[in-house]
Amino acid sequence: MEALIIFVLAVFIGYEVITKVPPTLHTPLMSGSNAISGIAVIGAIICAGAIEVPWLANLLGFVAVALAMINIVGGFMVTDRMLQMFKRKKG
Amino acid sequence: MEWINLAYLVSAVLFILGLKGLGSPRSAPRGNLLGAVGMLIAIVATLLDKGVMSYTWIIAGIIVGSAIGAIMAKRVQMTQMPEMVAIFNGFGGAASLVVALSTHIIVSGGSMSWAIALVLSALIGAVTLTGSVVAWAKLQGYADKAMKLTNQGLWRAGLVLAILVLAILFIGNPVGGGIYLFALSVVALGLGILLVIAIGGADMPVVIALLNSYSGLAAAATGFVLNNYGLIISGALVGASGIILSQIMCKAMNRSLGSVLFGGAMVSDEQMASIPGKEFYEGKVKSCGAEEVAMLLENAQKVIFAPGYGLAVAQAQHVTQELAELLGKRGVDVKFAIHPVAGRMPGHMNVLLAEAEVPYDKLVEMDHINPEFSQTDVTIVLGANDVTNPAARDDPSSPIYGMPILEVDKSRTVIVIKRSLSPGFAGIPNQLFINDNTLMLFGDAKAVLQNLNRAVMEL
Repeated sequence: MEALIIFVLAVFIGYEVITKVPPTLHTPLMSGSNAISGIAVIGAIICAGAIEVPWLANLLGFVAVALAMINIVGGFMVTDRMLQMFKRKKG
Repeated sequence: MEWINLAYLVSAVLFILGLKGLGSPRSAPRGNLLGAVGMLIAIVATLLDKGVMSYTWIIAGIIVGSAIGAIMAKRVQMTQMPEMVAIFNGFGGAASLVVALSTHIIVSGGSMSWAIALVLSALIGAVTLTGSVVAWAKLQGYADKAMKLTNQGLWRAGLVLAILVLAILFIGNPVGGGIYLFALSVVALGLGILLVIAIGGADMPVVIALLNSYSGLAAAATGFVLNNYGLIISGALVGASGIILSQIMCKAMNRSLGSVLFGGAMVSDEQMASIPGKEFYEGKVKSCGAEEVAMLLENAQKVIFAPGYGLAVAQAQHVTQELAELLGKRGVDVKFAIHPVAGRMPGHMNVLLAEAEVPYDKLVEMDHINPEFSQTDVTIVLGANDVTNPAARDDPSSPIYGMPILEVDKSRTVIVIKRSLSPGFAGIPNQLFINDNTLMLFGDAKAVLQNLNRAVMEL
């Protein structure tokens, strides 16, 4: 129940914060959200690092860590690349 | 409260501050950095937590994933950002799916709410994975038409029903029911394909935004499985972001989310039959040359560019900016009018123009630029079509009636730079091209603009 409350409140915070992002930055917003959804890496690490479990669980954990890290590293880096272009010049 | 939850709280706050930073181009790079720091804190805290015992697989995964991610981020062209975001959505979904399966192997059984969360994590993750791969393929140009299976609706209903049955079977027996969870994942993978394959290329901006949201919701569901607040909060943020963006895109195309997802193409077959062919343009189109346009520009005080994705296809962003600079030096007030669906994803055109070093304060969104067209001497339409069609505003019988447009036709003269009179995504002729104040400048945008720049320099 506590988790559900936190989820709903977080959706509202997200809604408030994100409606303030100007359309100019909507593409960086999406690649940035890609990076944030890489937070699944937390779950992946727990699976990959568990001991005395079937090897399949660790293997799946490894795959999930790799996928999530692609999102995290790729997402933050490409977002930064775009944002530097916006910073570079202003009228 | 355990210290690990404190660490997750700190990273969630940093994510929120990071998103807040995206409120303006100036604060955005710092915001992105804050988000990255938040992620680092979450990862380090998880690694140090007592639950993790063996690091071999983890380190291998981190090295492999980071390397691939870094290479992709460095290599990607800005025109390919929609593909990159689409495939990243898919990776996010896949990660949640795989974590759900792995968690079930490790824990094998828990409360009913735990089982429901596990089902949702696998389901949303799987749909996001295959849906994103199909979206990616469509963006790459494979299968970009809406593809309908016969009995599309029946198939969809069947798969949804199968998922429901498998979910109930699994939730009824979360310990021994692993096979049901696995089967459910496989069916959900099929559902993801089925849902997106029927959607046309023009609607991909909505679909990518929506899948972006799903990838967040999948992560949040994983958070419920692990009872991990860090995942729940971050997933909720991404979920909200994607939903907002898909709403904005739908509004910009005058479509409802339901009609994008289940309604098929933008223009129905009956409407298609009544669309006039070539005779629409016959004898009514005026074309002109670069010199003529240069002379118009010489006497102009205010010029607006209305770019569409065709501009990026022709790789003409840089030469457009050269023209804008030339005109700026001559004291002309130059702006760029950006329609929300000008690119292939939300905000795409802004990134493409920023890459060509167009200052961001020259990029004006539709609602703000529309009142300015009536005081504009020359508007240059570059590779945009449907979003400039006055029929969307004036002709209730038009299939795109009600779609918000850039009102370029209100400016004194409109120059349309275009290869031919071929239609845009909607497949209908453009009223703008036969207006009295419109001049067509035919040719490849890049070549035409290079000629135009030369002509302007000779003035």
